[in-house]
Amino acid sequence: MDLKRGSSSHSAYHLRSNLPEGEERRTLSVLVDNEAGVLARVIGLFSGRGYNIESLTVTETDHTGHLSRITVVTTGTPMVLEQIKAQLDRMIPIHRVRDLTSEGPSVQRELALVKVANTGEHRVESLRLKDAFRAQVVDATLESFVFELTGAPDKIDAFVDLMRPLGLVDVSRTGVAAISRGPEGM
Amino acid sequence: MSDTMTGAEIVIKALIDQGVEVVFGYPGGAVLPIYDELFKQNSIKHVLVRHEQGATHAAEGYARSTGKPGVVLVTSGPGATNAVTGLQDALMDSIPMICLTGQVPTFMIGNDAFQEADTIGITRPCTKHNWLVKDTDELAETMHEAFFVATHGRPGPVLVDIPKDVQFADGNYTPPRNVKPRAYNPRVKAEASSIQAAVELMEAAKKPLFYTGGGVINSGPQASQLLRDLVDATGFPVTSTLMGLGAYPASGDKWLGMLGMHGSYEANWAMHDCDVMICVGARFDDRITGRLDAFAPNSKKIHIDIDPSSINKNVRADVPIVGDVAHVLEDMIRIFRSRGAKTDQAGVADWWKIIAEWQAKKCFNFKNSDTLIKPQYAVQRLAAAMQNHGDYYVTTEVGQHQMWAAQYIPFNAPNRWMTSGGLGTMGYGVPAAVGVQMAHPDSLVVDVAGEASFLMTMQEMSTAVQYRLPIKIFILNNERLGMVRQWQELLHGERYSSSYSEALPDFVKLAEAFGCVGLRCDKPGDLDGAIDEMIKVDQPVIFDCLVEKHENCFPMIPSGKAHNDMLLGDADEEEISNAIKSDGAVMV
Ligand SMILES: Cc1cc2nc3c(=O)[nH]c(=O)nc-3n(C[C@H](O)[C@H](O)[C@H](O)COP(=O)(O)OP(=O)(O)OC[C@H]3O[C@@H](n4cnc5c(N)ncnc54)[C@H](O)[C@@H]3O)c2cc1C
Ligand SMILES: Cc1ncc(C[n+]2csc(CCOP(=O)(O)OP(=O)(O)O)c2C)c(N)n1
Repeated sequence: MDLKRGSSSHSAYHLRSNLPEGEERRTLSVLVDNEAGVLARVIGLFSGRGYNIESLTVTETDHTGHLSRITVVTTGTPMVLEQIKAQLDRMIPIHRVRDLTSEGPSVQRELALVKVANTGEHRVESLRLKDAFRAQVVDATLESFVFELTGAPDKIDAFVDLMRPLGLVDVSRTGVAAISRGPEGM
Repeated sequence: MSDTMTGAEIVIKALIDQGVEVVFGYPGGAVLPIYDELFKQNSIKHVLVRHEQGATHAAEGYARSTGKPGVVLVTSGPGATNAVTGLQDALMDSIPMICLTGQVPTFMIGNDAFQEADTIGITRPCTKHNWLVKDTDELAETMHEAFFVATHGRPGPVLVDIPKDVQFADGNYTPPRNVKPRAYNPRVKAEASSIQAAVELMEAAKKPLFYTGGGVINSGPQASQLLRDLVDATGFPVTSTLMGLGAYPASGDKWLGMLGMHGSYEANWAMHDCDVMICVGARFDDRITGRLDAFAPNSKKIHIDIDPSSINKNVRADVPIVGDVAHVLEDMIRIFRSRGAKTDQAGVADWWKIIAEWQAKKCFNFKNSDTLIKPQYAVQRLAAAMQNHGDYYVTTEVGQHQMWAAQYIPFNAPNRWMTSGGLGTMGYGVPAAVGVQMAHPDSLVVDVAGEASFLMTMQEMSTAVQYRLPIKIFILNNERLGMVRQWQELLHGERYSSSYSEALPDFVKLAEAFGCVGLRCDKPGDLDGAIDEMIKVDQPVIFDCLVEKHENCFPMIPSGKAHNDMLLGDADEEEISNAIKSDGAVMV
């Protein structure tokens, strides 16, 4: 895998990247019926209407209630963001749409698996950085590591950037999972 | 209380329990079990169309003219793909429609089976919702849910894809009782505080205007009545989009005519200059707003809409009101009255004086001719004859004739005007007329058509003949794709690239070949007699009205221009050739 320098800043939820004038970034939490095709509907809405998806995660979160939770990070002008929420909300299998960015504080986490191939000084340095970032080693050979790291997207960006000169081979990220702070549920 | 029956029986039982009387469809391998059940019963009529697109538009015509959902039944693969245009048309125009498609058996899905298509995938973006039913036990509930979704909230088309093995298998039938999707709860009643805020704006308005749309028709006849009551109570002027014609009567003294690209001079100027705009069930379409930064620049906007995504989509509303038109207007009238029914009478009277000056422009005047039939004249005479006749239903195709029909035919009641507004589908009018006439067998149903549009779905004349539906196809035959030709004249240096209707059939002979009546008229003096004859004949008629070939449709707000920047019928050549600057030319 050829990861060019700075490529992680193309991943749009990169907090350091600048948005076009007037645009904002929002993390939306969407509770949906866990039925066939529901993800296609949501993705189709975004592509069909030209909205951005920067990150999208989806998994069943309530097995007995057949509910899945989609977390989507998107960008747009306030008017477009309002449209996105309204368009999501009117879809039949969608129960609730919450804007975690504008409706109070929230926690955002992402998990990444980061593979480096290195020996010698680079190997030692990558292990040191792993500790600094509180990552785990989940696979090791004499010339490689796979690190597992969780955190906010910009922490992962930073870690990936640091690994690049140390022999970065592969990155796999889950996308953002997010939840509001405080006692209230969705 | 549930019964076991086959999937095909469940489909028919659900349709009957939902009160369906007519189904428009076309059979094929994947729906044969359902057709077999149709054969065995007498309560549902099936209309065999000649192309599945025709079934969808017929269902739209049926739905729009009755307020009930239209039902379509087609086979898998090509049957489903042929229905796509009508689904998108219904989606754009908020028409309730249930489309049932056959599908290859569940165990063959994904194997490129004969006549397999990913119908759910193809129709996902052109339906309000769709379902693939893989288990006969879920069929009844899904059918009822489909009816609920199509008819509640903002109406729209839905599709239920039913594999053939599901039609054959046994399953439990559940009656319609409150079957609705668990996450779908459209709001009909609005918050009193927002209505109160709207009333406060209305009370103080000096230049108010009602801008009404298709949502008033969607909401039902009661909504039209309440709109009339509110207009009477306030004395404010009212204009409507193409989709809302008839909600407020054209004969009403507060009526300014249609607004928008081909709307009246007075309606568009009033829109531009108003200080309080009361948008009732309309969606600020680009045919209405023109240049957004010059759209009603000095107005406060109240927007009543059942779909929150319509609000603030193109234009920011100062007072958004989410709810059903009838519910909201009822509350609005009550609140308005309870606060003493106050308006700024002096201000509004001055406003009417300004409006009267715009009205004096007589923007729909045109230069008539003794020798050639002007299309506007033909529509005027048609309108007069229809009014003499009594109640009438009009469908249209898409193009100049559609706009002339909107401009010159008065509608005094809702559900009388069926046109493809959002998608602008040529070929809508003939099948829509079939659907309308099925619903209203004894009424006069006229499709105002262009010859090019007519050729797109004319095979439905055969349907009309089979079911003895005396629809009248009134073709304004200019031997041109007139609307395209007009744009080429205004925008593309009069280079008429492929906008002739060449090698046209002889429409009178064509009518005879179909087994209906053909009439032709090419002289203004003969027009009234010929139209009367068309109306009198108790058979389908194709009326070939040969009109002036290069007439343009005015008024017109060129794309990219503001409302008060419109071209009128007396525009000179220079004005016309300068009308659309290159920045507007990219717009459609
Ligand atoms: C060649 C051509 C030229 C055209 N020129 C013009 C023109 O000059 N002028 C013009 O007006 N149009 C014109 N149109 C039509 C135009 O494209 C749009 O279809 C039309 O303006 C939309 O009408 P509307 O805003 O009433 O919305 P509709 O499409 O009818 O939408 C209705 C709105 O009401 C809402 N609604 C639905 N049900 C309810 C309810 N029960 N309660 C509350 N709200 C509800 C919906 O959510 C939606 O927002 C033209 C079309 C063609 C093909
Ligand atoms: C299915 C479809 N294809 C193309 C168009 C583009 N289009 C809009 S109006 C028009 C010409 C219509 O000609 P006609 O039916 O003769 O009506 P006229 O404008 O001459 O009254 C065309 C081609 C369309 N609206 N629908």
